[in-house]
Amino acid sequence: MSLWNAVIVGLKEIWAHKFRSLLTMLGIILGVSSLIAMSALVTGMEKGAKESLIAVGGLQKMRVEVAPLPVDQRHLRDFATGVTLRDVYALQRSAPEILEVSPQMRLEPQPTLAANGKIYRTWMISGVWPVQLEMMEHTVEHGRMFTALDNELARNVCVIGDGVRDALWGSPEETGEPVIPIGREMTISGYPFTVVGMFQHYESEQERKTRELAEAEAAQLKAAGVTNSATGPKRSRGWGGSGRGGWSPFRMKNSTVYLPLNTAWLKLKAGLTNSPAEPKLSDMEIKVRDVAQLDLAMTQIRNVLMVTHRGIEDFSFRTQEDWAEQIGTFISNARLSGGIIAGISLLVGGIGIMNIMLASISERIREIGIRKAVGAGGLDIFTQIVVESTVIAVVGGLAGLATSIGLIRVITYVTPTDNAPIVTLTSMLLAFGASVLIGVLAGLFPAIKAARMNVIQSLRYD
Amino acid sequence: MALLELRNVSKIYHLGGEEIRALDDVSLDIGAGEFCSIIGPSGSGKSTLMHILGCLDSPSKGTIQLDGTEIQKASTRELAQIRNRKIGFVFQFFNLLPKLNVVQNVELPMIYAGIGGRERRERALKALEQVELTNRLKNRPSQLSGGQQQRVAIARALVNDPKIIFADEPTGNLDTHTGEVILALFRRLSHEGRTVILVTHNPEIAAVTPRRIEIRNGKIADKVDDRLAGLDRTPLLSGAGH
Repeated sequence: MSLWNAVIVGLKEIWAHKFRSLLTMLGIILGVSSLIAMSALVTGMEKGAKESLIAVGGLQKMRVEVAPLPVDQRHLRDFATGVTLRDVYALQRSAPEILEVSPQMRLEPQPTLAANGKIYRTWMISGVWPVQLEMMEHTVEHGRMFTALDNELARNVCVIGDGVRDALWGSPEETGEPVIPIGREMTISGYPFTVVGMFQHYESEQERKTRELAEAEAAQLKAAGVTNSATGPKRSRGWGGSGRGGWSPFRMKNSTVYLPLNTAWLKLKAGLTNSPAEPKLSDMEIKVRDVAQLDLAMTQIRNVLMVTHRGIEDFSFRTQEDWAEQIGTFISNARLSGGIIAGISLLVGGIGIMNIMLASISERIREIGIRKAVGAGGLDIFTQIVVESTVIAVVGGLAGLATSIGLIRVITYVTPTDNAPIVTLTSMLLAFGASVLIGVLAGLFPAIKAARMNVIQSLRYD
Repeated sequence: MALLELRNVSKIYHLGGEEIRALDDVSLDIGAGEFCSIIGPSGSGKSTLMHILGCLDSPSKGTIQLDGTEIQKASTRELAQIRNRKIGFVFQFFNLLPKLNVVQNVELPMIYAGIGGRERRERALKALEQVELTNRLKNRPSQLSGGQQQRVAIARALVNDPKIIFADEPTGNLDTHTGEVILALFRRLSHEGRTVILVTHNPEIAAVTPRRIEIRNGKIADKVDDRLAGLDRTPLLSGAGH
């Protein structure tokens, strides 16, 4: 019997028992659709996490920061210089694996920002070189970044994130009109500064969706004529946000204030050391040339710094590797556990198919006997049963593919603010392939049983 | 050389340590084109003989040649092929597949012979013509009368153009008149040159055939039962054949 004939017979068999076949397929349908939906959700999450990673500069970036001395060098505490501009120049000259070095002088304790009759504190205020802009993946949307000249002359200028704008001048959502405080005055620790630039608004895919949803809701309320929808006092959820709750690299970027490094050092006296020629930095952001050569770059940096620090190791490296690894671990864990759950439901589906195939062959003993009597070999019967169970699984798998689209819609509808699920072709192929494999495996045992049936006994069977 | 040659064939079953000889040292020749019946009471071993002759079963001892091929050593797969190409079966309970229609039932052996769709259909229709059942092609077996079902079964047995047709109590489930029509059909097939072997417990039916092989206790009875001898010339099938 040709395979094609076997497939036709299998389809007819399914059609003859529509309801039973549907129930049997249900396991496969659910298994396939949950496998795809799970994979789509995890892929969505992965994309969200990677977005965050890229927002802070990706793996290419690392930070050299001041660290306590190792135990065996504690007695040299007084000779420790900390990270200084000298290090920056030395690295620029002597560490070829480095693409860019950007010194950063954090203002600590955080000074008070005041403007427009309001005050605000942010923990992301620092004196930097203009190169910090690209180092931290910032984009100036309004105005400009301060220049090397601004730095050289230690001008009182600053560039702010729109979170700072929201806190001091009000957000466009609240005032109902764009607020661009370029050229406006703002005091930092009482010193007047001019805002020369403002970054664009940073947000993750997820935050964008939350915002859009809220906007749509507000528009609806407006259309319905409800003016005040507030149900209680305004609140922030969680600590450290700029009013919209929670920590994220995007929110951190939005509450940034950058001023020229020299200004921070000379005017705000943030980097005082024993030697005024060497302002103390809080850290250096370093971008390496090649992520694959991260270790080499770190060795170079360490060598250079050991020279400038006179052998005192008062610095440490911080890379994004840990974070990237965490993301990787989390994603693979999510994928594994989701895969196991979906796999179990596929397995259950397979057992369902095997069960129904066993029931089917025992109610078709006579049919098998007749087929054998007219010349079907064991292999023919075997093929027929395996093909039938495979056909059930394939049809179930196809239905599962269709169902998964609906399932993902439902998930997206129920949790519209989460990372959008991303359906990949690989996951669909994988799920479909798994269902076919399950169908074949589920058919094997019943098929062997049917193929081995004795002709005479099965012909006599009632 | 005979079409079927059995030499010292035995079939032994073991039931709880006890040895049961369903066939005991049977030797038998059946020539091509012969119309014969195997007769015996139930439990005599006639079914076992038919199963072995029809390649549904293998003997425990002895040799069988079918159309020049030794079949006692054949594998189940080879037996299936021999059944498919050289043997047609007609059963007491028709044994049609209830889910297939008449044509599909007749096509069944050809599917396993690997014959293509169009030729299958042509040959099925031809076989159905031979049994004069061309007006119910799309019906399911359950929509047919017993006689019609048996004719479908005969068409199925004929469709691969086998050398031998076995009929196991072909009239057992039919009324007398229909049974006569079916027997007439077998007689006609015999006249067309096919080897037809009827298996029955009914002497009246066995009397239709020129040759009768009687089985008792697993052996071929030396002498055909007297009661059968007298029935030899009884015109059971008036108007058919001769």
